[in-house]
Order: sequence, then C-alpha cells, then structure tokens
Amino acid sequence: MTSLLRFEDVTLRRGGRLLFEGFDLVLEPGEALHVSGPNGSGKSSLIRLAAGLLRAERGRVQRSKLALADDKLALDRELPLGRALSFWSDGADDAMEAVGIRHLAEVLVRLLSSGQAKRATIARVAASGASLWLLDEPLNGLDADGAQRLTGLVARHLAAGGAALIASHQPLHGEWRQMVLGG
Amino acid sequence: MIGALIARDVRRGFTGAAWLPAAFFLLAVALMPFGVGPDARLLGRIGPGVLWIAALTAALLPIERLIEPDRADGVLDQLVLHGVADETIAASKIAAHWLTFAPLLLIAAVPGSALLAMDGASLARTEIALAVGTPGLAALAVAIASVTAGLPRAGSLAGLLLLPLAVPLLIFGAANALLLEAAVSLLLTAGAPFVAGVAIRASRA
Repeated sequence: MTSLLRFEDVTLRRGGRLLFEGFDLVLEPGEALHVSGPNGSGKSSLIRLAAGLLRAERGRVQRSKLALADDKLALDRELPLGRALSFWSDGADDAMEAVGIRHLAEVLVRLLSSGQAKRATIARVAASGASLWLLDEPLNGLDADGAQRLTGLVARHLAAGGAALIASHQPLHGEWRQMVLGG
Repeated sequence: MIGALIARDVRRGFTGAAWLPAAFFLLAVALMPFGVGPDARLLGRIGPGVLWIAALTAALLPIERLIEPDRADGVLDQLVLHGVADETIAASKIAAHWLTFAPLLLIAAVPGSALLAMDGASLARTEIALAVGTPGLAALAVAIASVTAGLPRAGSLAGLLLLPLAVPLLIFGAANALLLEAAVSLLLTAGAPFVAGVAIRASRA
C-alpha cells in the first residue's frame, strides 16, 4: 500500500449529472498524471474529489498528505506575499525562489498580476512538503518561463518520490501519463 | 494552526472595520432620546433594553465578512487540506469574532449609558450581562454567516435568521437574569461550531 492516491470504483454526480462511474485510478510515488478534456468534463471535480473536498457518491478514495493549487488564491490580500505564504507553511522562501517570485516577497498580494498570483499558489504547494500535489489548471496565466519552472518543479518532486495529479486543457511540457476525460 | 487562524482573523478584524458595529451601536442608542423624548427617568428605565437591542442589531453588520470572503477565496478549503476540521475553523472564527466585536461594544456601552441617563449600577449590571451574552451572540453570528455564505442577498437573510434566534439572549440579558443568560450563551457557543461546520461542508458540494 505505497500508492499516494487511489480511487476504487468511484462514482461522482454533481448537479444531477453523472461525471464518473466505476472510476479507478492509482498514483504511485514518482508518477504524474496529466488529466485533460474539454471544459465541463469534470477535471476540477476530479481534483476536488482527490483532495477530499468533494465526497464520492460510491467507491473509495485513499490519499496521502496532499497540497492543492486551484484558481482560488487563499492568500490575505492586505499582506506582503512572503508573509501571506508563511501563514500556510515555513520555508516559503525557497519555493518562491523556485517559481521566480522571490523578488515579490515584500509586494502586497492584492497588487500581484494573475500570472504572479498563479505562481504564488504553486509556491504554496511546493512549500507544503506534501507528497501528493494536486494542480488544477496550473498553466492559466503563466508565461513560458512560468510553465518551464512548473515543469522543473514537478520533475524534481517526482524524483524525490512524490506524485502529481495535474488537470489542464493545455499541453504540458513533461513526459507524463495522460488521461482524457470525456465531454 | 488554530492559534495562527485566530490571530489572523483578529488582525484582519482590527485592520478592517472592527469599529463599525460599535459605532453603529452608539448611533442606534443615540437615536433613542430623540425617539422617546428627554425624560431621564423613562430613559433610565428602558436603558438596559435599549442597549441590548442596539447590540443585537450591531451584531448583524459584520456577518457578511465572517465566512464568505474566506469561502470564496479558498481559505476554508486550504485549512481543511491542512487537517483543520470545519468545526475547528468555526470555533476559531467565533473566538476571533468575539475578540474583535465584544470589547469595543462593552466600551461603547459606557457613553451609550450616559446618553440614556442610566446610573452607574445599572450600567455595571448591563456590562456584565453583555459580557456574558456576547459569546453566544458571536457564535450565532458565525453560524448564520456559515449557513448563508455564498447565497444571494445573504446579508438580509442573515438578519431574518439571527434576530429571532437571539431573542432569548435579549430577554435574559435585558432582565439581568445572569444564570439563564449564561445558559443560553453557553448553549449557542457550544452548538454553533457544529452547525457552522455542517454548513461549510455543505457549501462545497
């Protein structure tokens, strides 16, 4: 039982619509899965199900300690970025360095651009120390440099025995397992 | 994490609009002599009740910023992922809300009592009753804020929900029945985190 994320025969219904039925998924250490699919195909629901923020109608989801980056910033807007990130975990400095926002540590969160804010959510995941990363549309708002840094971060995380579930309708640079959800 | 959450909410309260309910409270009290006339004996007699009604209406003001901003911004989600139970989040929010709401209200009650020609003994009794009752009021506010988070016109709905539920606090508080007031306050404070926890979980579905 070393897998970091395991879905067994999972059924999820949202708003009366059946999104998954009899869904199985296993993520082992060192594995990343890129989930793609059109808008509304259930990518975000899959991520939230994996995070435990949604409950499956049927089936079992087992997860190890995880960190999530989605479209919600969850950082206090009136604080400088460094302080806002340090509310969630120590060691935010290295993570900010890794995503290229170290120089923004003293800038108020509300002044960040959308791409910088996206990098901040990725920095929170990187600083979390969690073995399972859940990234929901991590490329939204990121420039080429940001996308490259993200790929490098995920690759290092996998090499260190972590796993990542990445939902994105855009192509990713890494050579990772692919899964396409239906419409 | 819980201490950090309470400290964060208290900081946000005081850098934000923590003075607003106290100012509203004082304003509502100041209207009373205009409404019923400057008869000092009458004002002194209705004073404690007036302070209580003003406190209840002032408690409505902060409701929309107690839960909804953190829900919409994903802070509640991230807290759960950090292993904090929704009930614990709610309890922390109640503690932080009480800390930013009650002390300023108790201070505002001093000039408020002067406007109502209340004597010192009457003010002291009302202050004690407010101190006993405000934890229940803060707990109720957080529970209602959780139930209405994300709904359209949540502010008006929260008023309709909170004021009837706060009637026992008002009755025992204004009558200075301290033990009964404490019992109601305790019941609300103990029950609210569970109500709020269920409501926060339901808002994710």
